[in-house]
Amino acid sequence: MSLKEKYVLRFSRLNRGLHIFMIISFLILSLTGMSLKFSYTGWAKVLSKFFGGFESAGYWHRFAAVIMIIVFITHIVDLFRVKRKEFGSWKGLLIGKNSMLFNKRDWKDFKGSLKWFIGKGERPEYGRWTYWEKFDYFAVFWGMFVIGSTGMTLWFPEFFTNFFPGWMLNVATIIHSDEALLATGFIFTIHFFNTHLRPEKFPMDIVIFSGRVPLEEFKLDRPQEYKDLVEKGELDEYIVEQYPPIVLRGMKIFGWTALSIGFSIIIWIIYAMIFVYR
Amino acid sequence: MRRLILFIFFISISLSRIFAQSNDDCLMCHDDPNFKAKIDGRTVSLHINPKSFTSSVHGSLDCVDCHEDFDADDVPHRKEITKVECGNCHDDVQELYVECLHGKAKAKGDPLAPLCQDCHGKHDILPVKDHLSAVAPMKIPFLCGKCHREGTPVQLQRNIPQDRILENYSESIHGEGLLHKGLVVSATCVSCHSAHRILPHTDTRSTISRQNIAATCAVCHAEIETVHRQIIRGELWEKQAHILPACVDCHQPHEIRRVYYDYGMADKDCLECHDNPNLITSYNDGTSLFVDYEEIKNSRHANIACSQCHSEVNISKHRPCETIETKVDCSTCHAEIGSEYSISMHGSLAAKNDENAPTCKECHGTHGTLGKLNPKSPTFSINIPELCGRCHREGENAAVRYTGTEKDIVNHYTESIHGKGLIKSGLTVTATCTDCHTAHKELPHTNPESSINRNNISSTCGSCHHGIEEQFEKSIHSPLVSDTDKELPVCFDCHSAHEIKRADTEGFKLEIMTQCGRCHEEIAETYFDTYHGKVSQLGYTKTAKCYDCHGAHDILPTINPESRLSRNNVVETCRTCHPSANRQFAGYLTHATHHDPVKYPFLFWAFWGMTGLLLGTFIIAGAHTLLWLPRSLEWRRKLKKMHKERSEPSESNEENKKEE
Repeated sequence: MSLKEKYVLRFSRLNRGLHIFMIISFLILSLTGMSLKFSYTGWAKVLSKFFGGFESAGYWHRFAAVIMIIVFITHIVDLFRVKRKEFGSWKGLLIGKNSMLFNKRDWKDFKGSLKWFIGKGERPEYGRWTYWEKFDYFAVFWGMFVIGSTGMTLWFPEFFTNFFPGWMLNVATIIHSDEALLATGFIFTIHFFNTHLRPEKFPMDIVIFSGRVPLEEFKLDRPQEYKDLVEKGELDEYIVEQYPPIVLRGMKIFGWTALSIGFSIIIWIIYAMIFVYR
Repeated sequence: MRRLILFIFFISISLSRIFAQSNDDCLMCHDDPNFKAKIDGRTVSLHINPKSFTSSVHGSLDCVDCHEDFDADDVPHRKEITKVECGNCHDDVQELYVECLHGKAKAKGDPLAPLCQDCHGKHDILPVKDHLSAVAPMKIPFLCGKCHREGTPVQLQRNIPQDRILENYSESIHGEGLLHKGLVVSATCVSCHSAHRILPHTDTRSTISRQNIAATCAVCHAEIETVHRQIIRGELWEKQAHILPACVDCHQPHEIRRVYYDYGMADKDCLECHDNPNLITSYNDGTSLFVDYEEIKNSRHANIACSQCHSEVNISKHRPCETIETKVDCSTCHAEIGSEYSISMHGSLAAKNDENAPTCKECHGTHGTLGKLNPKSPTFSINIPELCGRCHREGENAAVRYTGTEKDIVNHYTESIHGKGLIKSGLTVTATCTDCHTAHKELPHTNPESSINRNNISSTCGSCHHGIEEQFEKSIHSPLVSDTDKELPVCFDCHSAHEIKRADTEGFKLEIMTQCGRCHEEIAETYFDTYHGKVSQLGYTKTAKCYDCHGAHDILPTINPESRLSRNNVVETCRTCHPSANRQFAGYLTHATHHDPVKYPFLFWAFWGMTGLLLGTFIIAGAHTLLWLPRSLEWRRKLKKMHKERSEPSESNEENKKEE
């Protein structure tokens, strides 16, 4: 058995599924939301029409929001299962070696990374989750809280104004839309770069769909994790075979579509902000 | 005069009484009812009723006062008795009679010529005022009618231009007054023709000549000028009767009614020449002078005589029209319209002899003119856009000369709500060109008199949209409410002039926001920062637009308790779209901006807080990524190299596998 055929399973089936739904709902939310935010541009009008008018676009937006909330809740529920099955306790989940929470090691890695960037050190030996991955992960939590709560306020303004003054709707609008701008901007530039456009991954890393990384690449990319797995003797548990090419092609097509939509949105936003800002 | 003559006669008669016959002497014989004589082969009664003679106007006279010049004692009177000459006493009347048609006929020896006694009788003449008199008003028509009725020798043999005179008179308003109502002041034959000086109407001295007829009628109809303004402009009427139609042009002689008559007195005369389809002008330019009488008969002017419009005709000429010098002036009858036209744009251009200026006939036609209610008329409402379009369509004369802002007027109108209503739906009451611009007094909008002037437009539109005008007058945009130096909006500012759309169409709903924004610049801009505005901007009309909250024609300031946005009404206004809106919900800032830290500090800080977060995140993450880039390139090369190394042995491995 050659080394080339060895793949390491990095993401569970559920997480990969959730990420696909996350992508779909996020793209729909961005497209419909941006069409309203930049309603003064021509592309917004076309986009709005594409979704069947502003009202229909509104239904798409809420529908996608519900999907995303379901994705979020499913993940939270899954955390309980993961805690029970893989970590045994909350302590293990939260402050263990493979925790998603930031810890001392992340700080060390961050400093190490900066040194490496400026040529004053070797590439840090990244573990299961790097600090930028953790940042992305918690950005979703932050976004869910900020955009989700303001979004609900705007969805049911009559209800929420029983508790808040009317101008809170204006504030909610600003927060919702600017946080959304931050989220889309971040995902479609920083996240895209860190995971796909980064030269070593260019043009795309389909690991989030396949969940599989070539073992050799894994060794290089996550030396610490590899070491840990080897030490524990658990590496073989994660060794799997790659999907057949047709499945991979499907994943690539999906990935490309998502990437293209994301980049388009970024271009539209930049165009709107630079050329027709008002 | 008469008295003097009577006096002289009385003296001479008194002197001669000694020898003369007394009346009693005469009556000795003439009292006998059977007293007859054969004169010229006819048996004639010579009976005189003494009673009727003594009660007559001449009752105090002796027989011989009139029957002069014979020997009374010679009984029977062998010498021929000269005929009585009334003129001996009534010499003034005699003078008139001699000049008149009757007198001249008599002079010519016409046996049909009426003599004094034919009208007045002989021995039983009563005063005119006595209703038993033969010449009392009630009897006049029949008296004259003895000769001037159908079938009489006079009517058959003499050249009398009128037919059925007595019959027509008795049915006329005068005849009806006299004969049916017993109104003895009604005009009779003699009122118009005079009693003794009856002259043909072609004689300028005649009471019924064209020049004098007005004066004749005015004897009774003294104030006709003041009440008859439509037709005759007071001062011109009697002074320049030749220009204007005479009474009889409209009110035919003998048939006078309060309506026009269907036959002008001169039409058939005109048609003698103008009925010829080959008749052309003598100027050799070939213009046809043919008049299609059928066309006139079917026109609005069917009952108008040629000479009413083509005035200045002179009936005494062989060609009565040769005296015509001026063109037809419609304002003779249509005086009000004429004065409107003269101040209009069309009229003032026409006054400058502008070749493009339309006159009456350009729109109304000539002989075939039809009323505006006739669908075949070019001035029928549905045909008006086409009519005006003849000049005002893009590329035509008027459109080329026009320097204003309106473009492609006819097409825009056709596509407008008014145009669709009129042309597509055939709704004849829909506003067409003339409804706004008026038919005859159209003026540029800059003219304060113009119906489309900024100050007049709301009443112009209000003539149909009255309810809207009423609302508008109470609104903040009305000059009656707002005292301001700024220009207040009027109908066309929002609805446009010619492209007027239905207010419930998408296009109108979206445009109206920019219309409001032309004046309310800031408030419109901030509106577009809110959800309502953004959706509207996308081109959807379902969210609230200016008029949904502020009202359309009835906009009031929010401080007015009646306003839709006053404290008491605002929640209700929100509820039209948001049924469960509450008071706090109404506190939503529909015109909020996050650029004003004083007015909207919460929004300002929320915006800048979010923007700071966004910029901060991007700067840190962006810098991180950029720094990463060169190392990542390095890493890529490393990976590639590794791949290459791995791929070679793996191939040989596969070969080994196959061998196995």
